[in-house]
Amino acid sequence: MAQASAMRTRARGGWRWLAFLPLVLMLVLGGVFWLNMGKNPAELPSALVGKPVPDFDLPPLPGRTDGLAAADLRDGQPKLVNVFASWCVPCRIEHPVLMDLQRQGISVVGINYKDEPAKALAFIDQLGDPYARIGADRDGRAAIDWGVYGVPETFVIDREGRIVLRFPGPLSPEIVRDRILPALAGGEE
Amino acid sequence: MIPELGHLALVLALALALLQGTLPLWSAARGDPVGMRLAVSGAVGQFVMVTLAFGALTWAYVASDFSVANVATNSHSAKPLIYKISGVWGNHEGSLLLWVWILAIFGAAVAGLGANLPLPFKARVLAVQGLIGAGFLAFVLFTSNPFLRLDPAPSDGNGLNPILQDPGLAMHPPMLYLGYVGLSTAFSFAMAALIEGRVDAAWARWLRPWVLVAWAALTFGIALGSWWAYYTLGWGGWWFWDPVENASFMPWLAATALLHSAVVVEKRDTLKAWTILLAILSFALSLLGTFLVRSGVLTSVHAFASDPTRGVFILALLVVAIGGAFAMFAWRAPMLRPGGSFAPISRESGLLLNNVLLATAVGTVLLGTLYPLFLDTVGGPKISVGPPYFDATFVPLMVPLLLAMPVGSLLAWKRGDLPGVLQRLRLAFLAALLAAGLALLLLGWQHLGAALGFGLALWLVLGALVDLAERIALFRVAPAQSLRRLRGLPRSALGVALAHAGVGLLVLGITGATALREERIAALAVGEATALGSVQVRLVEVHQEQGPNYVATVGEFQAERDGEEVHRIRSEKRFFPVEGMPTTKPGILTSPWADHYYVLGDQAADGRWAVRLYREPLVVWIWWGAAVTGLGGLVSLSDRRLRVGAPTPARRRLPVGEGMAA
Repeated sequence: MAQASAMRTRARGGWRWLAFLPLVLMLVLGGVFWLNMGKNPAELPSALVGKPVPDFDLPPLPGRTDGLAAADLRDGQPKLVNVFASWCVPCRIEHPVLMDLQRQGISVVGINYKDEPAKALAFIDQLGDPYARIGADRDGRAAIDWGVYGVPETFVIDREGRIVLRFPGPLSPEIVRDRILPALAGGEE
Repeated sequence: MIPELGHLALVLALALALLQGTLPLWSAARGDPVGMRLAVSGAVGQFVMVTLAFGALTWAYVASDFSVANVATNSHSAKPLIYKISGVWGNHEGSLLLWVWILAIFGAAVAGLGANLPLPFKARVLAVQGLIGAGFLAFVLFTSNPFLRLDPAPSDGNGLNPILQDPGLAMHPPMLYLGYVGLSTAFSFAMAALIEGRVDAAWARWLRPWVLVAWAALTFGIALGSWWAYYTLGWGGWWFWDPVENASFMPWLAATALLHSAVVVEKRDTLKAWTILLAILSFALSLLGTFLVRSGVLTSVHAFASDPTRGVFILALLVVAIGGAFAMFAWRAPMLRPGGSFAPISRESGLLLNNVLLATAVGTVLLGTLYPLFLDTVGGPKISVGPPYFDATFVPLMVPLLLAMPVGSLLAWKRGDLPGVLQRLRLAFLAALLAAGLALLLLGWQHLGAALGFGLALWLVLGALVDLAERIALFRVAPAQSLRRLRGLPRSALGVALAHAGVGLLVLGITGATALREERIAALAVGEATALGSVQVRLVEVHQEQGPNYVATVGEFQAERDGEEVHRIRSEKRFFPVEGMPTTKPGILTSPWADHYYVLGDQAADGRWAVRLYREPLVVWIWWGAAVTGLGGLVSLSDRRLRVGAPTPARRRLPVGEGMAA
């Protein structure tokens, strides 16, 4: 009897510590949100900025002719490389911005990240196709080489095929005006 | 004038909420009934005021008063009336107002319907409810005021995203919010119980109807959202594991666990602290769902950072509300004495298994949703989490849960007889095995997964039926007596069987639509046909039509088998000139066996049309299954036991809270 009651006390002692766990976890989570809120993601540094694009060669989506390889980015034209996926909601949100850029005559190419080809095709079919070429990165290997953090993500490439700017997250008209277009203009030189 | 009245009503509501959140707590501690009753009047007053405010905003939308900034940004005079109304909650400020309004409705409902609650307890519940209301009313007023004016007023509005102009989506947010906000009652009940230091069978019984309402609304809301995605997004998918969906799914999983653990508290007076924790967690996840998604922190950190005031306010609110609750939990939960003990094989253990698996599922979904954020914070490698992660982690958790479900609901309380239960389920098990075998024979080995899925679906449906049959002693007593027993059966038992059978239908739909889906992407000239499964689909004609606020390109498809017409389906691409935005309206022919889902794409340079054709077997059962499950919740809600006052057991009082005052 005494033993049983001692065991119960010990169990309840262990319990006490456990009861603080939700609070601690929540505070950690709150801290993570807090840190992320203060951060301006446009300034996320990329180890690749100023370096040539990584070496990669991606096949086209089925039924299309043009895939995307590192060589395509060194054709003397500054470009935007947009990493997207049909399952990604912010990609839908930024899509009209990309269509707009394409209408302005800016060369946009796409890396379709970890996507089913049929869904990717449906995505551009439904919303319109802003991409001059699309490389299908089904297993996400090329995205690792690019240091992609999540989709969507956009890179500005200068005429020699060097990365000038990396922008994680959906593009908005303001971001295009304040960051993308200046970087592209810089890339002309 | 009316928008200003709405604004004023909101200010008054905030004042009332502050009063409701403070004075009754103090009066309850002092045992002063006058102050405690103030909570009831406060809740009713808050409801009246927020209703006025919501009505004022709705009026501004219906009357297209573009001098109100919110209306000008989100509405347009050319929009059909129903979408003017749904436009009220189709934006950040309006959806927050809807949220606060539903909170006020629940507060008034507890005040009006909770006649069986002891006054101090009721006062505390309403006070907590008032504090939540005060926090969010302040948020609306100080950072997201929907009544701000524009001067000069624009001549017309900026319209509403055409993809949101849809009856399914018009109903989706209110339904979901009913669920999210309904869980605030569970939170308030849990907090009041922690303040009083008392959790017993009566508490669990008071809690149950509120959780049931919220849970059923969430079930319907999620199903509506999934259905909407299916028929508008244009590629036949019905669940994407995107953060927005996950954010509604996590509170649902937690609330499902809560429903089950509350039964254990009610019947066996144990798992108390765990149930309290689930009640807090369900609402915490709801808050995460509504606000962090609306603010964009989950879809992308970036949108959240774009408006720091709102971000900081919301975060502070979350930390105070949930952090406060968890701190209270850490302090009081260890004082809750566990009641009856139970054997490893028992109904309690079954429900515990259910809870462990569901809680783990919440954890994996939460981890997958927030992982990119975490890694980024600690400067780790940059990754992103997509559907493959969720499929690989979530499904293995659900399979054992579903396999065990029929067994668990047949086990007796305290000490169950597993061989006996398995004996009673053996026919259901054999039938499920037979169905799986038959499916394997028809579909071939490459569809082993589908065959097992069908077996599991039948196992769940039959398991639910066996549960009912056992309760009415079918075939063991005379049929007339069984019928009499069926009529006398508590509604909650009926609700359980319905809800569990609904899950079986859901599994049936998911299996069919995932494993047996056929798709064809082709370029067709008008008059050409392509094969989809056993039929030939022909693009018969393409023409233009004028809608109320859009122009449509209509494609007529005809499916043929051996040259005979099987069905005709029309699919539309709509273009909304005001918003400059295209949407797709897929042509869908639904039947219990399979959906045919045809989408007209763009015209290529050679004049051919890109088309996407899908055949989705059994897909409709996904939503019917969810609807049956939700209906089970409503049937259970109508149980007499929940309306009639619960038998009040002798109170065990701890020397805290009320005990201290007495």
